[in-house]
Amino acid sequence: MTTTQERPTADLLSTPETTGARAATVPPNRSRLRAIRRLLPAVPILAALAAWQLLTHHDVVAWLRFDKLPGPAEVGASIQLQLETPVFYRHVLASLGRILTGFALAGVIGVLVGIAIGRSRTTAALVRPLIEVARPVPAIALVPIAILLFPTGEQGIVFITAFAAFFPITVATIHAMKTLPPVWTDAARTLGANRWQVLVHVVFPGAMPSIFSGLSVSMGVAWICVISAEMISGQFGVGYWTWMSYSLLDYAGVVTGMLTIGLLGFTTSWAIERIGRRVNRWLPGEGM
Amino acid sequence: MSTAIATGARVELRDVRIDYADGPAAEIDLVVEPGEVVILLGPSGCGKSTILRALAGLQPVAAGAARVDGEPHDHPDTKCAMVFQEDALLPWRTARRNVEFALAMRGVPRRQRRGIAAGLLDQVGLTGFADHLPRRLSGGMRQRVQLARTLAAEPRVLLMDEPFGALDAQTRLEMQRLLVSVWRRHRTTILFVTHDVDEALLLGDRVVVLTSRPARAARIVDVARPRQAGAQLGPEFAGQRQEILALLGHSPDLPQS
Repeated sequence: MTTTQERPTADLLSTPETTGARAATVPPNRSRLRAIRRLLPAVPILAALAAWQLLTHHDVVAWLRFDKLPGPAEVGASIQLQLETPVFYRHVLASLGRILTGFALAGVIGVLVGIAIGRSRTTAALVRPLIEVARPVPAIALVPIAILLFPTGEQGIVFITAFAAFFPITVATIHAMKTLPPVWTDAARTLGANRWQVLVHVVFPGAMPSIFSGLSVSMGVAWICVISAEMISGQFGVGYWTWMSYSLLDYAGVVTGMLTIGLLGFTTSWAIERIGRRVNRWLPGEGM
Repeated sequence: MSTAIATGARVELRDVRIDYADGPAAEIDLVVEPGEVVILLGPSGCGKSTILRALAGLQPVAAGAARVDGEPHDHPDTKCAMVFQEDALLPWRTARRNVEFALAMRGVPRRQRRGIAAGLLDQVGLTGFADHLPRRLSGGMRQRVQLARTLAAEPRVLLMDEPFGALDAQTRLEMQRLLVSVWRRHRTTILFVTHDVDEALLLGDRVVVLTSRPARAARIVDVARPRQAGAQLGPEFAGQRQEILALLGHSPDLPQS
């Protein structure tokens, strides 16, 4: 916005005599206000950084103990060091591989099971009780079982991730089956579509908005599980690396690990969001 | 397009009874000749749509049988395709792709679909809107797409469930005119449900006036001059209109306060 574009509003608000003076003074004030407002979100972040620096630099101990925590500078140095260390990337890739495998498994199985339950009463009666029993169990509680069950720790971690991600996707898919307008199916059937064609051409695309909201939730849950499982039983991965740093008293490394996990979580969620928006661009809220 | 000869099928509803969980919804005995336009007219919620759904095979009948060209018709297929009042288009497909969907279901090879779909959209006056998503089209245009899509299935019987019920008066008139021109071209048998007396007399060869639930034929009115220009200005039209309104329980005068 420039000052010239502001002028008509100022004219409307002011009397003819004062117009000249106001038009010259009011708009710069406003644009300055707007600039400040745009910078506002940076304030809490800078404040937190400053507090962090102060507390760690002075080794404050007041019930909470900041004397052992690394400061921003140490963390910055740690990040820089890790970015130059090839093995760090292997940890990141290991975690990404696990999450994508677990998430993909959960996505495929969750959608299929959700459709089956939502569309067939018999399947619902047979499968739903099992799901309702398993659902309240936090995936992390399955770590010992996963270790016993699977030949390798790798498979155990993928299993736990998939287990956790499965439920939000399944529930969202079942919900989609219930809310799909029956007229879409009716119309397709009178146009000669068989059950399979209705499923592929009507039910599946129609359920996509719900499925994607399930996928978003699942992605968050999946990260929690993959990181925790790595901390408990992994031999590789960001979660393992972060815990390892803690054990080796490399506290700056712990924060680096934390930030890496945050960034990974953010990126994967963003990717899901983008893909979802592309797939569901026919929804009223989306552009096009 | 197929042929100019009557492609419509003969529809028989022989002592058909349709039940809801809480009792009978409709009882009807009706024969519709090939290429005939029969209107099912009745008060809202009387069960007239249920009759269409039963004929489409979307709703099981409790007694009797629906036959199309002498063969029992109890499951949905392209013989009886339906146009719905609600938005039945697949919202993620453009107008053209909605029409192509019906062509695909009929087994038309992929390469021919585009051309046929364009032709059908032209027929319903949607040239230039083929690549619009349904939400970018007005209510009337969406019903045009639905009509084109239903025609793409090449049905022998066209079932229309208050297709213009949600449109404004002006658009409704246009759509009625369009339907007549489409019918002249395809000569399918049409069963058309409405609660609008004028629409019934404008479009139909015969008007089946239904009672309130359970829907039964109170009377079948033969339209004096079906689909003729200016027919609605003639005295027969006024007389039949009066007659039907009386059957539906409306007095010709506005109520006195």
